[in-house]
Amino acid sequence: MKSMKRFFAEIAQYPSAVFGMVLIFALFAFSLYTVIALPYNEAISLWRGDENVWYRTPKVAQPRWINWFLKEDLPETFWFNSANGEGTKTEEFSNGTNKIFISMPFDYNSKDFPQELSIYFTSTFEQKQPFVSVKMLTPDGREINIGSFAVGKTFTYRFSQDPKLQRRLKNISPEQSLFMDLTADPLVPQAVPGRYELQIEGVAFEENSTVDAEFIVYGKVYGWAGTDHRRRDISIALMWGAPIALAFGFLTAIGTSITTMIIAAFGTWYGGWIDEVIQRITEINLILPFLSILIMIGTFYSRSLWTMLVAVIALSIFGGSIKGFRAIFLQIKEAPYVEAARAYGASNMRIIMQYLVPRIIPLLIPQLVILIPSNVFLESSLTLIGLGDPILPTWGKLIQEGVRNGALVQGQYYWVLEPSLILLATGLSFALVGFSLDRIFNPRLRGM
Amino acid sequence: MAETALDSQAPLSLKRKFSESAFARVGKYMAVRLVTMAFTVLVGLYLTILIANMGGYVDEIRRGDIREQVTTQVRNDATLKFLSGDQRAKIIESRVQNEEKRLGLNRPFAVRSLAFLRDAVTLNLGFAEFLNADNGSRSVKVIVLERLPSTLLLFGTTDIILFFATLFAALSLSRHYGSWIDKVIVALSPMSAAPSWFYGIFVIVIFAAYLQVLPFGGMVDVPPPDNKVEYALSMLKHMILPSLALALNQVAFSIYGSRTFFLIYSSEDYVEMAKAKGLTSRDIERKYILRPTLPTNITSFAFLLIGVWGGAPIFEGVFNWPGLGRTTLIAAGLFDTPVIIGTTVIFAYLLAITVFLLDFVYALVDPRVKIGSESSNS
Repeated sequence: MKSMKRFFAEIAQYPSAVFGMVLIFALFAFSLYTVIALPYNEAISLWRGDENVWYRTPKVAQPRWINWFLKEDLPETFWFNSANGEGTKTEEFSNGTNKIFISMPFDYNSKDFPQELSIYFTSTFEQKQPFVSVKMLTPDGREINIGSFAVGKTFTYRFSQDPKLQRRLKNISPEQSLFMDLTADPLVPQAVPGRYELQIEGVAFEENSTVDAEFIVYGKVYGWAGTDHRRRDISIALMWGAPIALAFGFLTAIGTSITTMIIAAFGTWYGGWIDEVIQRITEINLILPFLSILIMIGTFYSRSLWTMLVAVIALSIFGGSIKGFRAIFLQIKEAPYVEAARAYGASNMRIIMQYLVPRIIPLLIPQLVILIPSNVFLESSLTLIGLGDPILPTWGKLIQEGVRNGALVQGQYYWVLEPSLILLATGLSFALVGFSLDRIFNPRLRGM
Repeated sequence: MAETALDSQAPLSLKRKFSESAFARVGKYMAVRLVTMAFTVLVGLYLTILIANMGGYVDEIRRGDIREQVTTQVRNDATLKFLSGDQRAKIIESRVQNEEKRLGLNRPFAVRSLAFLRDAVTLNLGFAEFLNADNGSRSVKVIVLERLPSTLLLFGTTDIILFFATLFAALSLSRHYGSWIDKVIVALSPMSAAPSWFYGIFVIVIFAAYLQVLPFGGMVDVPPPDNKVEYALSMLKHMILPSLALALNQVAFSIYGSRTFFLIYSSEDYVEMAKAKGLTSRDIERKYILRPTLPTNITSFAFLLIGVWGGAPIFEGVFNWPGLGRTTLIAAGLFDTPVIIGTTVIFAYLLAITVFLLDFVYALVDPRVKIGSESSNS
């Protein structure tokens, strides 16, 4: 307890370490929150979901906070579902027909146009399909007929994909034309902010037959993280990326450095042919094409992150750091207390595990912490060369999909920058702490 | 990596060493070193061959491909249409066997793998399965030689400039230890925790996408300029962003690392002595700090040179740089075994030669190092 206190007091002398610690703590809290708030199975099914899950979100929409930096706010995404009692819906049954009237007034307060407009109809009937006609009222007093059509059990009407409507609107796309400010300069089209109303009049021909509609105005911003090319909310991958990155970083760092250290300890203690074999394996490992091996495993075995983790650990155990450990163990091996232990008849195992290994732990911990960020980045690197986990939503996946879908060229920077910045923060926090630990544990570097 | 017999252990074995002739000692040492090195290279290459062929699985894939091709060929051959099914099967079988014989697939993989090893060791790199050079050649040698210049151009130039720039920056920083610029370097050194491709994305966002002053990637403008001067300028323009990304990744950390290293040396008594004698700081830096740290610097430079070979697959991918790294990545993705083995062979040889030579270079630049003395057993 006391040593812990002293340790923290020492850490507190390095502002960068404190900053790093705070960041790491925040990351852990964020991961914990993610795991609790968005359980794994839910996150995976959302992330793998298709248009049925994500039909309400716009495509490649920027995050909502982008509006803080813009002069004119970009439109947000919103929807009304009459089945949930949003908007007003009245029904009147007479003479065997059910007259339905749905009104959905909404405030539109952007000068930019929405990305898309859609209505998802659902109806109940036995034999005869209900019939609806849709109208839009604008704040400048226009009343525009959208169209009339028979509605099946489910029916999707996309404004932009109705050629008849487009022709009627003088070949301007509906999402522009319906909101267009006619007094503005036609070269710089602008939307009229104000109260709009969507009116749906329906006629059903059976007693219990009715129509419900979900009207979606796809804006150009969505959520706190934006969406990708498959309309998925990026925040899911941003959130789940954190626990995955931490787990991967920690496990690989601990797995490699501890095994490496123990192997180096055995090699130096026993010496002779064991040491020789370890040295040769290290040199051979240096020659092997790391990437090809990983790609082979990815193609013929599994691309799961955990398989990759095991492969990376296995390939890095006999890495360059074994030489560093060996050099230190060679010194410790000659220390008098080791000789004393040998003299009283301690077993080899005991000397290695209780006399050699503990001495090196102060050197190991900073190395381990510094190794974590490089392994966090390794996950992204693997994804970038096509070895990403096919299921898990990770930061690397976001970067890779963003880059591959031209996010950088088309100015959709948030898509790549959000995961990059959060990666950078993670990497930096561990590196800051690791570098400070290095200075604390290795007094020779202190103050340098 | 080379272990050297530094001062501490030398005295113990000094007496015995002097009794032997220096020539015999060096000769014996060299022989042992060469044998272990050759062994390492051979085992490493053989493992690579096994891996690149997936332990013979690639052969199975290829056999399947041949059978499928021959079967379609025979089925579509109008002259063979009137033969019975049995006869056709016979024809297919004989053609498959011919084809397998042509490609050497009729021999077991174990035998073939030894033949591959022989070819690899003798640098007989053979022909690629899928990739080809821009001039259409399938020769692995031609492919590698075609890609090598662009990798060397980018990584060679940038890394060598960065190496010497950071070395001398570190040298002068170690003499101005504690200044604000020193503190900035220490604070920025964790930047190298992120890989260089990562900074690549940032500089692309800033300079190519947002400011639109520099190209996104590639090596020259499209179409390439005819004029040689313009061509060089265009290449230079395309090199700015990758070099910047490499610099962002390396500079702070390498300055920090060598500065700390120099600091340890600059607190030695003889440096204080030199200061007391009133030598210029230039002399102190060159003769009293740089000189004793020369072996370490030479090692890092040598490994830098090896590292340049092969480039960086992901980095080249991000910048669309037509180098060797991207080619190996593509080759690995296509299981183009000759290309994978070819690049590995050259890497293994370069590594072995460098490690071998380093020992001698050490002995040349550092009088404390004795080749073949007791403790340098690796």
